Amino acid sequence: MAVAESYPDDLRYHPEHDWARLEGGEAVFGITWFAQDALGELVHFEPPEEGATLTKDQSYAEVESVKAVTDVIAPLSGEVLEVNGAVTEAPETVNEDPYGAGWLVRVRLTEPTEVESLLDPDAYKQHLADS
Amino acid sequence: MQTLLRTPLYERHVALGARLVPFAGWEMPVQYEGVIPEHRAVRNNAGVFDVSHMGELEVEGLGARELLRAALSNDLDRIGPGGAQYTLLTNEQGGIVDDLIVYERDPERFLLIVNASNRELDFEWLRQQEAPGAELRDVSDDHALLAVQGPNALERLGLPRAPAFTFAGGEIDGIDCVVNRTGYTGEEGVELLVPTGRAAELWDRILDRGVVPCGLGARDTLRLEVCYPLHGNDIGPETDAISAGLGWVCALDEEFTGAEELRRIKEAGPERKLAAFVMEESGIPRQGMTIAEGGAVTSGSHSPMLGRGIGLGYVPAELAQPGSELTIDVRGRSRRARVVKKPIFSREET
Repeated sequence: MAVAESYPDDLRYHPEHDWARLEGGEAVFGITWFAQDALGELVHFEPPEEGATLTKDQSYAEVESVKAVTDVIAPLSGEVLEVNGAVTEAPETVNEDPYGAGWLVRVRLTEPTEVESLLDPDAYKQHLADS
Repeated sequence: MQTLLRTPLYERHVALGARLVPFAGWEMPVQYEGVIPEHRAVRNNAGVFDVSHMGELEVEGLGARELLRAALSNDLDRIGPGGAQYTLLTNEQGGIVDDLIVYERDPERFLLIVNASNRELDFEWLRQQEAPGAELRDVSDDHALLAVQGPNALERLGLPRAPAFTFAGGEIDGIDCVVNRTGYTGEEGVELLVPTGRAAELWDRILDRGVVPCGLGARDTLRLEVCYPLHGNDIGPETDAISAGLGWVCALDEEFTGAEELRRIKEAGPERKLAAFVMEESGIPRQGMTIAEGGAVTSGSHSPMLGRGIGLGYVPAELAQPGSELTIDVRGRSRRARVVKKPIFSREET
């Protein structure tokens, strides 16, 4: 189950341990390697509804391990286009592949300029080192 | 900040990369590789838990038996030397001061293995009983306790089978210990009481024998699947033994602290009962969540064996029957659950 720690270059990071992959006016969100490692094996994903409005820095979903439940914070504002049903069905997918098959939602961005506030991989790694 | 206590195996846990958390005043491993693989190791093979945080109290002397007969709920005369018994320390209201296992070493010498968080309280509680001829000692610091549990546990340790709730002196790879045929997982296994100074060596030998180190996280999910109550969650001084479903460890035809009140509750029928339930919808119940039909979740988690949420909670007595439908408030979302027969998980049915 354990995959090696990594923070891909093509992603932008939120200090609450979320990532965003920008694809034109849309983005895919997920949680970072650090987040899934801290939680342990995920056993439940409580997704938002498709069409739900997400606000940057606010909770939009919950992920849960045997021991604890954690809010998932939206790295950017947007509208949910798609929920990753593979994660709802098999939450451990997030542990196995946090940046690939373990993505959580696809959104249409409503405030694209918010991207400027996100961290690049080096800044996120520095944030992990400092906290 | 209060300093956390460490068991003699602390260095071993650190070396294994355990995640350590504060528990009942101790710094304890909650997991090594992960709760779920450790849980499966105990259900399918063999796992070892450091439970050295638990307390050991010795009661000795001509008055020892009388003291314990008066303070403990179960009928102590049903065991003899070499026998062990699950029992409760009860208050006048029939509430549960602690749940524990009493070991009869000989008719005048008993050992009580008690919950870590109640060690001082139990000692004081027993000390205040009028008990001429009974000497009480807290010997917790002299012992470490390693629970080795799972269908392959005995084979891995090279131990013969023996009836549950018995104990005898034994040795593992030349290390003398007391082999208790007890546990908190619902699996066959032993709890090894070993002098503190030899605990690390015993731990190493047990791991050498292919037993998987397991943390308190798996211990909790294992006990919940088989509906063993956790003191402080499911039972406590405010919950009586009858409502908790522990009437079977109360010798109500004998006299002990709280017996009269427990007889009254049994006669009248408890208003609420501790029920086991399985989620019918997604979501994981957690301690403190409201049950819409009345009551609250006292323990809840994800069951690794069933792959869904399970829990225990006090519900109105008429809803405690298997099949009753409950609605759990999972952080603002109503999720359906169904009351099931205890234990929630049993090997025979899978």
